[in-house]
Amino acid sequence: MKRKLNILANGIFKENPVLILILGCCSVLAISITVSGALGMGAALTFVLVGANVVISLLRKIIPDKVRIPCYIVVIATFVTIVEMVVEAFLPSLYEALGVFLALIVVNCIVLGRAEMFANKNTVADSFFDGLGMGIGYTVVIVAIAVFRELIGSGTIWGYRIIPEGYQIGIVKQTPGGFFCFGAAMALLVYFMNKKGKKFDPRIGCDGKCGNCGLGCKNQEDNAALLAASDKEAAEV
Amino acid sequence: MSSLNISISPHIRSSRTTQKIMLDVIIALIPALIASVVIFGVRALVLTVISVLVCVLCEYVWEKLMHREVTIFDLSAVVTGILIAYNVPVGMPVWQLIVGDVAAIIIAKMLFGGIGCNFVNPALVGRIFIMFSFATEITTYTYPAGGADALSSATPLTVMDKLDWSNFTQLFLGSHGGVIGGTCAVALLLGGVYLVLRKVIKPIVPLCFIGSVALFTWAFGGAQPILSVFAGGVMLGAIFMATDYVTSPITNWGKAIFGLACGLITAFIRVFGNYAEGVTFAILIMNLVVPYINDLTMKKPLGGAVKK
Repeated sequence: MKRKLNILANGIFKENPVLILILGCCSVLAISITVSGALGMGAALTFVLVGANVVISLLRKIIPDKVRIPCYIVVIATFVTIVEMVVEAFLPSLYEALGVFLALIVVNCIVLGRAEMFANKNTVADSFFDGLGMGIGYTVVIVAIAVFRELIGSGTIWGYRIIPEGYQIGIVKQTPGGFFCFGAAMALLVYFMNKKGKKFDPRIGCDGKCGNCGLGCKNQEDNAALLAASDKEAAEV
Repeated sequence: MSSLNISISPHIRSSRTTQKIMLDVIIALIPALIASVVIFGVRALVLTVISVLVCVLCEYVWEKLMHREVTIFDLSAVVTGILIAYNVPVGMPVWQLIVGDVAAIIIAKMLFGGIGCNFVNPALVGRIFIMFSFATEITTYTYPAGGADALSSATPLTVMDKLDWSNFTQLFLGSHGGVIGGTCAVALLLGGVYLVLRKVIKPIVPLCFIGSVALFTWAFGGAQPILSVFAGGVMLGAIFMATDYVTSPITNWGKAIFGLACGLITAFIRVFGNYAEGVTFAILIMNLVVPYINDLTMKKPLGGAVKK
């Protein structure tokens, strides 16, 4: 059970999909204008993540490796369609607010990423908890950003007016403000992780292929040394 | 031997400090301040003073909080404060001006490492922040008293095709609607000449900027190409904001390209865009490409290595 809780917590803190893995940013920037929309988006994504993770984990031994991505997409699209129909039928206002981003969950990197990175290698129960943790991690971040943006940008929280009319800073709810809040949230998370003594490890989600990655971690030094060695070898040959 | 220091070049000793250069910029900005008080009244002065105080305070508090060296005495925050105030209309609510100041100093300057590390001009970020947040207030120009002509009803840029050379004096002296420090072309030019004489700036960027605004406004078929450089923020932007050391190219050719491109974008936005004014966007966009301009126009050192 402890392992399951670890997987759950992993998605919320250590491998937070939005702030650490930096996946699914598009919908975070677009939907974090209102708290209600953010919560709806978070719930929808969590449902899709859990569903897709469980089904893909169930089918992981049947899906042929060569066509696994199309298979994942079909599974994910099924769940997104379910969510879309349910939201449209029962919460039309939320459906309006989310607009195209609800359908775009199909191609959300978090869902596809977890299918590829976790669900096709782990058991059904583990995948369930991974999907749940990632979904909660996403929801927490998007709602936190939305609270700030709605409060400062529109002066309301969940539609209730808190700051009187005329004292809003409009840029916060526009796109530039979204980018800024997103960056500030990332910086805050790293700050608190460093403060807690858990040194932020930029290698999380790294596959060792540094390429143009600018993080300058130890991995990169090792890889650079290896590359230099192989270059030298090639030169000698 | 222990007293020998090893440091990287340049090894030039000079009495020119950031503080002295910034002081010169402040002196150069004073004619425009006097003109704005004459044109718009005492509130222009009050806004400028508030803006300066807030900028300096922001920098001080941030550096104290972050345990950094306090750099408020290099006066760069003062210049930023003055420029932000110059970029808003005189009727601007004080708290909105303060929001712009905080955004300029904290977001554009301190978050990127303080003076010398900002990749865009902080004052322009402050203006953009105010513009996107309070679109109504920043375009509600309060007009100088008297006169019911073409210029008293709107900022000159929006009525450009109604203007002719009879309005030249009015444009040149700045007795028309606009932002606090941007209307009086003669005062800004005076400041620019002072800066050039004191060798604080080279005249390349302002001349290329102003010239290319006139040229491209004419080429794009905008009304009154020559008059257009005296309207809006061209003078203020070209002389005081596009010449910022940190965010403009270091080579002469680079400066020329920078100025020309700023003018091109300004004219483009003015003639074809939705916004009446394009100076802010032009300088900000060009600020972003300055590192590439520097790379492309870098002089080859004498006897230096030849690139393969």
